[in-house]
Amino acid sequence: MTATPVETTAPAPVLEARGIGVWLSGRRILHDVSFAVQPGEFIGLIGSNGAGKTTLLRVILGLQRPTSGSIEIGGKHPGHGAEVVGYLPQKVALDSDLPLRARDVVALGLDGQKLGIPLPSAKRTALVDDMLAAVDATSFADARVGLLSGGQQQRVLIAHALISRPRLLLLDEPLANLDIRSSSEIVELLARVSRERGVAVLLSAHDLNPLLPFMDRIVYLEGGRAVSGTSDEVVQSDVLTALYGRRVDVLRVEGRVLVVAGPDEAHGHDE
Amino acid sequence: MFSDFMTNTWITASVVAIIAGGVGFFVVLRGSSFLAHALPHGAFAGAAGATLIGMDPILGMGIFAVGGALAVTTLGRRGRSDVVIALSLVVMLAFGALFLSLGSQYSSEVFALLFGQILGVSSAEVLPIVVLGALSAVAIITGYRPLLLSSVLPEMAAARGISTYAIDVYFALVVALATAMSVPVVGALLMFSLMVGPPAAARSFFADPLRAIPLSIGFALVTVWIAIAASYQSNLPVGFFVTLVSAVLYGIGRGWFALSSRRITVAA
Repeated sequence: MTATPVETTAPAPVLEARGIGVWLSGRRILHDVSFAVQPGEFIGLIGSNGAGKTTLLRVILGLQRPTSGSIEIGGKHPGHGAEVVGYLPQKVALDSDLPLRARDVVALGLDGQKLGIPLPSAKRTALVDDMLAAVDATSFADARVGLLSGGQQQRVLIAHALISRPRLLLLDEPLANLDIRSSSEIVELLARVSRERGVAVLLSAHDLNPLLPFMDRIVYLEGGRAVSGTSDEVVQSDVLTALYGRRVDVLRVEGRVLVVAGPDEAHGHDE
Repeated sequence: MFSDFMTNTWITASVVAIIAGGVGFFVVLRGSSFLAHALPHGAFAGAAGATLIGMDPILGMGIFAVGGALAVTTLGRRGRSDVVIALSLVVMLAFGALFLSLGSQYSSEVFALLFGQILGVSSAEVLPIVVLGALSAVAIITGYRPLLLSSVLPEMAAARGISTYAIDVYFALVVALATAMSVPVVGALLMFSLMVGPPAAARSFFADPLRAIPLSIGFALVTVWIAIAASYQSNLPVGFFVTLVSAVLYGIGRGWFALSSRRITVAA
């Protein structure tokens, strides 16, 4: 893409991926993926299961080394700037009798990497209380985290990821196991904290509709290839047809979008 | 029961209980009960081997427990860790049996390694147990937060630069240390029950880890004290009572948790 920034005052991107390719056990998972995330942006990483979303997030976290291409987070290579990235993995299983309260999980986000038992500190408690309030989790702050609902647990985990004040928050399918109502509550919450705290949010999902009203831009991933831009630019029949390598129709119904793959006609495109 | 002869017993048993209660909290948290079951058996084999060649049994136990801990965590990275632990367990048990059959002292010493000899702890045994216990305690207190984070949210911990493998190895070594110190007192079979029963019961009562851990230690202490007293009075093996009391505590804990969590659900 030839998107050269026009304004010279544009802030440095919080994340810049250039030509990321990943091979895992002989299979190409990502192919030449490039995009940038500006500070405070809300970006949807959209793709079906197996499109490479989790692998891309692991590359950004420095947990997976790309086979080709380069990635910079706040100007540093992943792993060397670990503090600037908050992360919520796809499936977090919390046993119902886990001996941790919601506030303990949030506090571990503040200083979980430090050694020793935390000493009682009014400052620490205040930081945790503020963070819990910011995600509307004050009412269940002292409840056992394993007994909370899926949506409540997501709030607590988001607070855990945000309390160390990252500039970038990655979430892997945070809406996957939520009902429609909790799902839209979580998206609204993320859009709000992103705005209020200036955190860039990169959120993966297979359904883009819950995200449509909030996304600044979209990174659409299919078969390891990516297209990025605003949702109006990307979610178009011709763009997605090129990405999927087969005919794709985009239907817009009352502000919602349906992406429908056409019949798998053998139209002999070179692959 | 409180004579001079028994003083060492009360001291060492209490030290073992404190360590088992503290380390055990993380054993249950990490779902490492099987590891805590396997390592004492390795320690037993090490002790049997050491006795055979005339070495200090504690040293033999330490070597085998640490070796087992490293083997299990390293091999478990590739394959399924439960299979790796199971195979390590039976291999170590087999070596234990081999060393026993090669040796001449089949009787009471070996029985003690498996089932404990809490009613006859010599003064010379007290110091190593206290030292190893203090080491385990320091290791748990130092690693408290990374252990907690990596045990509950391993992927989020890894994203912060806390290596899951490093924590696995660190914790397996702590369990090995705690095992080596306690096997001669409570026995291989019973160290396991002490590291699982009281902590599993304690976590049912408190959601706050800094309350659940002291309660776990308290439960472990109560367990060994009752077991020693009962064993002294009845002349039955102390391990039987350790297991019985910790199982009863666990049952009470589960019952309490079922009741209290139902109350919360109804109230919500």
